[in-house]
Amino acid sequence: MAVNRMFRTCPTTGLVFHQPAERLIIVNAVTGVVFLLLGGLLAIGVVLTRWPAVHWLAADRFYQVLTAHGIDMLIFWIIFFEIAVLYFCSAVLLKSRLATPRMAWTAYGMMLIGALVNNYAVMRGDSSVMMTSYVPMSAHWSFYLGLILFAVGALIACFVFFGTLVTAKSERTYVGSVPLVTFGAITAAIIAVFTIASGAIILIPTFLWSIGLISHIDPLMYRTIWWAFGHSSQQINVAAHISVWYAIAAIVFGAKPLSERVSRMAFLLYIFFLQLASAHHLLVDPGLSSNWKIFNTSYAMYLAVLASMVHGLTVPGAIEVAQREKGYTHGLFEWLRKAPWGNPVFSGMFISLIGFGFLGGISGVMMGTEQLNLIIHNTLYVPGHFHATVVIGTTLAFMALTYFLIPVLFRREIMFPTMAKWQPYVFGLGMYGVALFLMAAGTLGVPRRDWDITFAGNTFPYEFPGAAFLMLGLAGITGLIAITGGGMYLLNTVGSVFLGRKIVTPGFAHVRAAAGVAPAPKPVSTAITGHGSSVGAWGLVAPGTFSLAMVFLASFVLYYFINWKYLATVWPLK
Amino acid sequence: MSAILPPAERLWWKQPLDRAELLWILIALAWCMVLFFMMPYWHLYGKQNLANEAYRMSPERYSALTAEMVDKYKVREEGGDLKVPVVHPPAGGDAYLIARLWSWYPILELEAGKSYRIHLMAMDYQHGFSLQPENINIQVLPGYDHVITVTPTHAGTYGIVCNEYCGIGHSTMTSKLYVVK
Repeated sequence: MAVNRMFRTCPTTGLVFHQPAERLIIVNAVTGVVFLLLGGLLAIGVVLTRWPAVHWLAADRFYQVLTAHGIDMLIFWIIFFEIAVLYFCSAVLLKSRLATPRMAWTAYGMMLIGALVNNYAVMRGDSSVMMTSYVPMSAHWSFYLGLILFAVGALIACFVFFGTLVTAKSERTYVGSVPLVTFGAITAAIIAVFTIASGAIILIPTFLWSIGLISHIDPLMYRTIWWAFGHSSQQINVAAHISVWYAIAAIVFGAKPLSERVSRMAFLLYIFFLQLASAHHLLVDPGLSSNWKIFNTSYAMYLAVLASMVHGLTVPGAIEVAQREKGYTHGLFEWLRKAPWGNPVFSGMFISLIGFGFLGGISGVMMGTEQLNLIIHNTLYVPGHFHATVVIGTTLAFMALTYFLIPVLFRREIMFPTMAKWQPYVFGLGMYGVALFLMAAGTLGVPRRDWDITFAGNTFPYEFPGAAFLMLGLAGITGLIAITGGGMYLLNTVGSVFLGRKIVTPGFAHVRAAAGVAPAPKPVSTAITGHGSSVGAWGLVAPGTFSLAMVFLASFVLYYFINWKYLATVWPLK
Repeated sequence: MSAILPPAERLWWKQPLDRAELLWILIALAWCMVLFFMMPYWHLYGKQNLANEAYRMSPERYSALTAEMVDKYKVREEGGDLKVPVVHPPAGGDAYLIARLWSWYPILELEAGKSYRIHLMAMDYQHGFSLQPENINIQVLPGYDHVITVTPTHAGTYGIVCNEYCGIGHSTMTSKLYVVK
């Protein structure tokens, strides 16, 4: 079989696209965005029902919509887009051909069929079991089958990514080590293999149970293994969106990592420790010891948190250094003030970074602390937290990347540039509100996944304080703002991709690369230098970022001990 | 020269560490150790910990134990036609609470300042024990008898809300817990 060796070079960025890789990136990304649209429409139902003053959907419809919203967003939108990111970080960044495009298409086909089958199961109405599908509550067998098909497809795609790394290495398409962003993508793919294996280990027996071939599945075993899939899949997102942050810093500012060693070590810590987090969901479960809980929930002494804190410094730090080299050296923050806030690629990425750290990161550590989990478990604090990590962190970072990809990959101009300029603010700040107000409602004890917290008509109702209803109302309003921001993104991307003005380059063509190798990059010869030329205040290269990091640490410490203080007031337990 | 290109230095791992990074890594590592050691510390000196005492148990046996307790210590019935028993178990003793679709059984009446061994188990699906407004939240699984030793501090009427999604009637699964002086 002849290998397709056709490449094109992007006239503006110099990126090299392998023809099949380009098509696969486009198709995976577009499919992801279609599921984002679906999940976004479902979000309207969720928001307008949990807003007590509106309380729109009936109970059965609400639980059905909530199930579909969770799966379409957390699994299908994000993983389709992540597969596109993996192909981009391997084939495009390494200027290589994509290994086995046919297998990549098979993977795509399986993922698509799996996603459709799963959505069909939920639409039937007998599979409103939430994303977690905790046994012994059972869904229609096609619910599990769809997820299994999707997972196997995603696994194949990961191996296409690994194969591409091997191809690039053996065909010498790059010199030295892989770029940092590719290294981050490798991290994501390794975590993905672990995640998908865990998913298969638990979902295949559950599927067999749903068709009557297995009589019993232990609920605690299910929870332990399911969360090795459910939580780890969010860790794929972390590794992927941090890679996207580094990529955007490089694309917009030409920023280089403060040091390769530190950033890569931080990714390595993710590979070692991030998967232990299944324990986060089991801290108040019977049947597990405190030793097990403490070791696992803390990623073995918080080494993955350390890694995230390192990335939180090095990404903006790299931007600061790049900006200072351009002459924005005045004071601590001129580099940040004069950053391109009107460019959605940058603003989206920066809003994502700040929200992920301050809202998602800090709240995640609270929930993941063994004893603090007692006052948080299964309250609305949990969705508050993961809307900060997965929506502000991952989704917004992917949205920001899209604004870069539309001209480069799709070769179309952005249709509504002004709307694009405002979109990250509307979506991001709306979602900041959602995360904060849900966490506030959770702190007041409001449960997640509950159709009616007024408990109207119950024999023994409980009345939540007025403040809880205020928080839910505010979450409703900010939720609608975020949905508007999501709509702006969808309108603009879909419009631009299909109807945007084509970018025409004279003489543009795909070129057959000799012997399967893209044009070799020019050898880079620079002397070993630190950042000596641009040292700012306190002898630090990035004093502004460092002071932001201290603000972060102070908020973290303060909020952490406030929670212990709160815990100390509840009934003694042992 | 950037994060999307191979590192300019072939020997990038020999590049000296930047001062800002080194300082931050040390600070962050120290903070991570605080985060970690707070948990064992609270086990030693804090008052809110789970002992993780749990037993495998069949629903039949758990129902029988609960029925035995209700027979011995029932003080009254509430809930109109539902006639849900209110049980006043002896201080220091065992108190059983059943979680099932979609109710809690029975209603417990405890004394403030006394300790009780509260048992939690689900009969069917997974449920969540959420005591409000204290905001104590514990997962309740079928097949696992989870024992929690609690000491109520203040008298009053508390709410129990199911906070693990358990099907269409999930919102109706609420109950009460009394604490008397």
